Amino acid sequence: MGKKKEFSKPNKQRPGSKKEAVEGFLFISPWLIGFLIFTLGPLIASIFLSLSKWDIFADPQFVGLQNYSKMLVDPLFKKSLWNTFYYAIFSIPLGMAGGLSLALLLNQKVKGLPIFRTIFYLPSVTSGVAVALLWKWIFNPEFGIANMILNWFGLPSLQWLSSPHWAMPALIIMSLWGIGGGMLIYLAGLQGIPQQLYEAAELDGAGSWSCFINITLPMLSPTLFFQLIMGIIGSFQVFTQVYVMTQGGPANATLVYVLYLYQNAFQWWKMGYASALAWVLFAIVMVFTLIQFKLAPHWVHYDVL
Amino acid sequence: MSASINKQKTGKLALIYTLLILGALCFMIPFIWMLSSSLKELPQIFVFPPQWIPKPVRWDNYARALLKMNFPLALKNTLIITVFTVTGQLLSSACVAYGFARLRFPGRELLFMLVISTMMLPSQVTMIPVFIIFKTLGWVDTLKPLIVPSFLGANTFAIFLLRQFFLTIPKELEDAARIDGCGSLRIFFQIMMPLAKPALVTVGIFAFMGSWNDFFGPLIYLNSESLRTLAIALQTFQGQFTAEWNLLMAASVVVLLPVLMIFFILQRYFVQGIVLTGLK
Repeated sequence: MGKKKEFSKPNKQRPGSKKEAVEGFLFISPWLIGFLIFTLGPLIASIFLSLSKWDIFADPQFVGLQNYSKMLVDPLFKKSLWNTFYYAIFSIPLGMAGGLSLALLLNQKVKGLPIFRTIFYLPSVTSGVAVALLWKWIFNPEFGIANMILNWFGLPSLQWLSSPHWAMPALIIMSLWGIGGGMLIYLAGLQGIPQQLYEAAELDGAGSWSCFINITLPMLSPTLFFQLIMGIIGSFQVFTQVYVMTQGGPANATLVYVLYLYQNAFQWWKMGYASALAWVLFAIVMVFTLIQFKLAPHWVHYDVL
Repeated sequence: MSASINKQKTGKLALIYTLLILGALCFMIPFIWMLSSSLKELPQIFVFPPQWIPKPVRWDNYARALLKMNFPLALKNTLIITVFTVTGQLLSSACVAYGFARLRFPGRELLFMLVISTMMLPSQVTMIPVFIIFKTLGWVDTLKPLIVPSFLGANTFAIFLLRQFFLTIPKELEDAARIDGCGSLRIFFQIMMPLAKPALVTVGIFAFMGSWNDFFGPLIYLNSESLRTLAIALQTFQGQFTAEWNLLMAASVVVLLPVLMIFFILQRYFVQGIVLTGLK
């Protein structure tokens, strides 16, 4: 390992020298160990668990595909799946449209851009129990400001989180508070669009709407695509706010998928059924991601120039 | 003609500013409402339509809330978890990222594909067996399950981000150091780590926020009252004092404050980080 020995080697490292390979494995070893213990092993174990009945105390019992067939007749499974779709179908498009609109407004060379950007972005750095409590208070049916704002516009007060019809919309509205992260990403994307494109279009007499449809959207499409995929993955994993604000109620109106999975695993110790639920979650997310990748060539432009 | 274009422009600008200011108000109102509620007396909480100015201003709500939720203990637990998680994630993901970015070894591309594909894997799929591993080790109801994985490259996203960053650092720097007899370990610590500071700060911020706000982890792994984190303490507090919204809001403000402070101090890195993660 002395200096001389190092020096006697050729200046450039030989590709794939043995020492380098050993060092390489040493450097990635934390991840490799973690991957084996916390990902690969559990992944395999989880497949077997999903085929078993196990309450964590007695020995697991092999039951074949029974956990999966049980889902087909489990009303709570269907309910939680439906609720999660409901949440995703509104929160993702509204969040993307909202974030993009804010980014477009901020991209108009406005004065005070840093201040506005900070204000819009700030809520999205906050999350967790504190934010969930804040929104629970906002949606308080008797004394919350959500109803105050409705009343300003002459609309009647709502029961919000205590109403099976309005609890989910309340959670969707709450999710829109965090669109600032997306806004920043779109803003960066907008600032990367070459100005010449717009100038050329203007010379051709294109209006701002036509510029938006024919230049801005296609140029932003890779970013929008990425945000859509992350949005789907994220909305299928909603948990904390539901646990804190509604516990899935009222009448299971906000029982989202991961909450139901959590209840099965850690409240009822149905480890086998919960594992099967987890695999179905994985399959759903995968299917949506694959569909998006299949559709992508029709609307995502990776090299417009 | 130019006058009418100017007029049109002013009109458009006015519209943009109106929308921006309205939007900004909507985004700020929840914060203002939280702060205002946290300073009110209980009778003033139960008034509709709500009043914005607390009268009288009850600063002692904060002291009462902190006392009731056993704040010092929860803060201590959260700090232990957060400090270890941030350290662990920075060290392990930088080390792994450097290995993937710079050292050649058989199977590197394949293994890196695995890193990327685990980013897409919902954590729920592995959650139950991982819980059983920790249970078998006797680690349930200790802080270890929340800390140890971060030292083993648990955050594959951070690995990905740092690898991309290391790839942008010119290789000549490293070659020169090697000629001077530097080993990979020294190059990593003395050349790559200092150069990667901006990316490391970004990764650190995300690690901090993730672990400070984490609710699911503590919820399944911690039972003892003495191990409660801030998130769990807040949730328990809510269960005990359902109607005392002034105290609940005071406690929430205190839990959010460190995140907001870090945001204002490191805003540049936040913005850079979110853009890096969004544009891949």
